[in-house]
Amino acid sequence: MNIALMFTVLYSQLFDFPGWDIFSQVLMYAIYIFIFISLFYGQRLQFHIWLKEVEGSLYKLKYIRDEGRRIAIEAIREIGKPQTDPTPRVDRFLEYFTITPQSLDPAGIVWKLEHILDVRDARFKDEVKLLAPSADETQVNNLENTLEAAMALNYIYKVIRHYFLLGKKTLSLYIIMQIQMILPLVMREAEAYASALKAFAYGQPIGDGVGALVAAKLMHGYPVRKVPKDCVVATVPIEGRTAYVIKAEGPGGNVGKPGDAIKTIIEENEGKIATIIMIDAALKLEGEEVGEVAEGVGAAIGGPGVDQFKIEETILKYRIPINAVIIKEDIGDAVSPMRREIFEAADKAIERIKQLILEKTKEGDKIIICGVGNTIGIAQ
Amino acid sequence: MVSKASSEPSPAARVSSFVLLAIFVMLVVAIMALFLSYGAYVSGNYDVAAALIIIGFIGVAASSYVLFQTRQRLIRLRIETPPITTTIECRKCGFKTVREFQRGDYIFKEVDVCQKCNEKMLITAIYREVREKGRKPFPF
Repeated sequence: MNIALMFTVLYSQLFDFPGWDIFSQVLMYAIYIFIFISLFYGQRLQFHIWLKEVEGSLYKLKYIRDEGRRIAIEAIREIGKPQTDPTPRVDRFLEYFTITPQSLDPAGIVWKLEHILDVRDARFKDEVKLLAPSADETQVNNLENTLEAAMALNYIYKVIRHYFLLGKKTLSLYIIMQIQMILPLVMREAEAYASALKAFAYGQPIGDGVGALVAAKLMHGYPVRKVPKDCVVATVPIEGRTAYVIKAEGPGGNVGKPGDAIKTIIEENEGKIATIIMIDAALKLEGEEVGEVAEGVGAAIGGPGVDQFKIEETILKYRIPINAVIIKEDIGDAVSPMRREIFEAADKAIERIKQLILEKTKEGDKIIICGVGNTIGIAQ
Repeated sequence: MVSKASSEPSPAARVSSFVLLAIFVMLVVAIMALFLSYGAYVSGNYDVAAALIIIGFIGVAASSYVLFQTRQRLIRLRIETPPITTTIECRKCGFKTVREFQRGDYIFKEVDVCQKCNEKMLITAIYREVREKGRKPFPF
């Protein structure tokens, strides 16, 4: 059998179906071409689709980053009334970085980390005071928070851009794939920071401040005094006990150092504290309700861990039991203006605290109640 | 300053004119295919009419989808600023007023004088209302 005949037979078997019209033939060709492309270029096509998706999100991140910068500059101009244009200094601020201490020998790392964070805070505050000379202490704190949110957005944008360009340059499917997979979570976080920007600029209470709100509601109307660092304490009679209610000093954006404040109160009372109750906002799991109140034990405090370490060290020294009440919310709610459900959860948390006091302490005892979180928009 | 409830469209949200032109050309070709299919059907050329009607519908669907997606991107590229409400309360007589958040408001700030008892009023709440879009609750 010669080759030409072989081809004719093969062609007729593959493509010439008896009774098929021209349209069906064309469709058949199209299906073959599609299979061919999928077999040999499928991965490349997928790569380009993912690349386009990441590019689209990068546009959005760029827009959010630029908006963040614009809002921060506008707030500085409006509140701080600087003599010169603050834009170059803001751009420099957005690029600030912090190098964490070396952890090869972890002994004493907490104190090194605390020192670095103190230097960072002092530097930020000085920078904001230079940027906004007319701002008062509360406004300086709010502007600092606004700039920190803008800084976070700038960092997210730069990291995603880095991996996008790296993947594009190396044509690596795996780099782009990883970015594309985590993109929904990254975008959620970026959107949360974007809504935080306006809240910080306007001085609105945020979801993270619900712990401070609980403490503020408990201490309102009682005399307060300052305790280190950037915190206030009020002595409040609750259910026949003496409660030292602690929160960061508001209404400016401030988290204070609750670790130092708790240590100070414990040492003032020579360790004679019946229990410590900490209230904080906590990240909820998907499926849980926003504003759900839960109870447990341990130091309910986030951040880099310095304050948690200090609290744990002090309570261990005096063997003081520690309880925690948390109010659940997601990352978006934590940094955006406080939701009604979270605001209302503060009263539920106070009920839980009172119940806890009745169950775990007796009349005449001294207790510490510490509301943890950013106290922006919440006085005392 | 009153917090803005709406937000401005972004400069980055503009759609490139090339994309718009491509969508427009695709739509025109698809509509032409639909007209031609009608002509082919009238002249009794059913195979060609069927092919053209499929091409026409796919073209119209694809261009509408791309246009819809572009519009979605425009909508998404905005930072939503929900309205924030401030509740002011008189601690003496319980008289309550609710207004939009104003810059400088904070919880436990003393503000205006009560209309009823002339006492200083206090900001007791600042929050935002979130209306959940009609999502079906999960059974678990």
